[in-house]
Amino acid sequence: MTNPAERVTNPAERVTNPGYNYAYLDEQTKRMVRRALLKAVAVPGYQVPFASREMPLPYGWGTGGIQVTASVIGPDDTLKVIDQGADDTTNAVSIRQFFARVAGVRTTERTAEATLIQTRHRVPETPLREGQILVYQVPLPEPLRKLEPRETETRRMHALSEYGLMSVKLYEDVTRHGRIATSYDYPVMVEERYVMAPSPTPKFDNPKMHRSPALQLFGAGREKRIYAVPPYTRVRSLDFDDYPFEVQEFDTPCALCGSSGVYLDEIITDDQGGKMFVCSDTDFCAQRVAAAGDSQGARDPQGAGGLQ
Amino acid sequence: MTSPARTSPSRTAPPAPGFADPVLDAQRCFRSLLAALAGPMQALSLDACPPSPPEPLGPAAAAVALTLFDADTPVWLDPRADRPEIRDFLLFHCGCPLTPEPGEAAFALLLDPAAAPRLSAFRCGEEEYPDRSATLVLQVDAFDPAGPVFRGPGIETSRRLAPRPLPPGFWDQARANHALYPLGVDVFFVAGAQLAGLPRTTAIEEAV
Repeated sequence: MTNPAERVTNPAERVTNPGYNYAYLDEQTKRMVRRALLKAVAVPGYQVPFASREMPLPYGWGTGGIQVTASVIGPDDTLKVIDQGADDTTNAVSIRQFFARVAGVRTTERTAEATLIQTRHRVPETPLREGQILVYQVPLPEPLRKLEPRETETRRMHALSEYGLMSVKLYEDVTRHGRIATSYDYPVMVEERYVMAPSPTPKFDNPKMHRSPALQLFGAGREKRIYAVPPYTRVRSLDFDDYPFEVQEFDTPCALCGSSGVYLDEIITDDQGGKMFVCSDTDFCAQRVAAAGDSQGARDPQGAGGLQ
Repeated sequence: MTSPARTSPSRTAPPAPGFADPVLDAQRCFRSLLAALAGPMQALSLDACPPSPPEPLGPAAAAVALTLFDADTPVWLDPRADRPEIRDFLLFHCGCPLTPEPGEAAFALLLDPAAAPRLSAFRCGEEEYPDRSATLVLQVDAFDPAGPVFRGPGIETSRRLAPRPLPPGFWDQARANHALYPLGVDVFFVAGAQLAGLPRTTAIEEAV
């Protein structure tokens, strides 16, 4: 899979930015993060405290995810970075370039080609496979924080598996809105032991976390927590018997590629109230459009539709 | 952490060499460790081990030490590992404090399975901090494909593997360790240049 010509193994070539260690972090920091990652994998859903470092970008831009990626990444990896489903927005482009420079890795926008995927708030539509690692950027790792501000108390609640408060929160949703109104960062129960924040992914993505063949790692830089969901681990979205968990549904298919059953973004197209719904996952959408274009051949050289 | 047993390297012979490429070899080894814990009880091969670790430390055991041990991790050595060449190797390359108390260790290097302490002798974490538990590196001779049936996170259906030789009554201890979940110790089995992980999440069923 790795093209030998592109593989950078010579220590002299591998850091294109002299002055920084490979993958930016120093080795001591990487060992600390790596030990935290191993314990996180051993206790799925539990938030392992770690000594988060200052990174060359502000909190909220993925400092936790970057530290996890930097501690995991090697020259054989192919990196994809997702920002709200897109590969071509600021955060995704910057982080991809960062690792291309400090780690000398190949980058890609294709989910299937990537060995390591750092993501901000989406799980790719293309199913992940065994051996891939998905790194989530997490702003608020503690699912109970908005219900109980004290760290000592939430820690105790996790220790006792005391999650009644979360059920009350979801129940209040039901009484107020007639349904569970939480639509992103929807709390999940991991391996029937720890309640975990899946990061602000739409709840649409929660079912993809359940028994995923890929390893899922979560990094919260400001809050200094790392957690993980190993492959084939049970991830259950919290709900009630009479108000079962449901994902978002969309009335129309993607306006670009025609996919249904995927997560759509609303795009405003003019100032007359015009709008369209398109795939949030740009790589998935582009591949569907390309495939449709191939099969339609000369009839529609522009592909199946497109932004006018 | 206390480190009364810590001694400065005092040998006349220099310590055995570490990784050929300390940065990238540690990264490769870590990825194998991560894969071993995220996919328990499958024998993985380490392709970047230190060339000539001090006897009787095997290549995989040495690679794990160089990847994870440092000044923040008190290490307990079993009597077979507690020899000058190995101490020098660890102190020179990792700078890790050595502790005489198994219960204080973040990592334990167990080279003599027959005489290994019980798993319960090591730190199993605290209710509020289950991550504060020991990680054991248990060196065995080989991995056999038979053995008990394992289930749990990281295993799609079930898996079988038998490291040998194991401490007497090891699987009973491992079952008790699993029953402590979310507390418990995590174990890496190493044999030659191979490695397998046994996190506390793995359920162990009777050998069929």
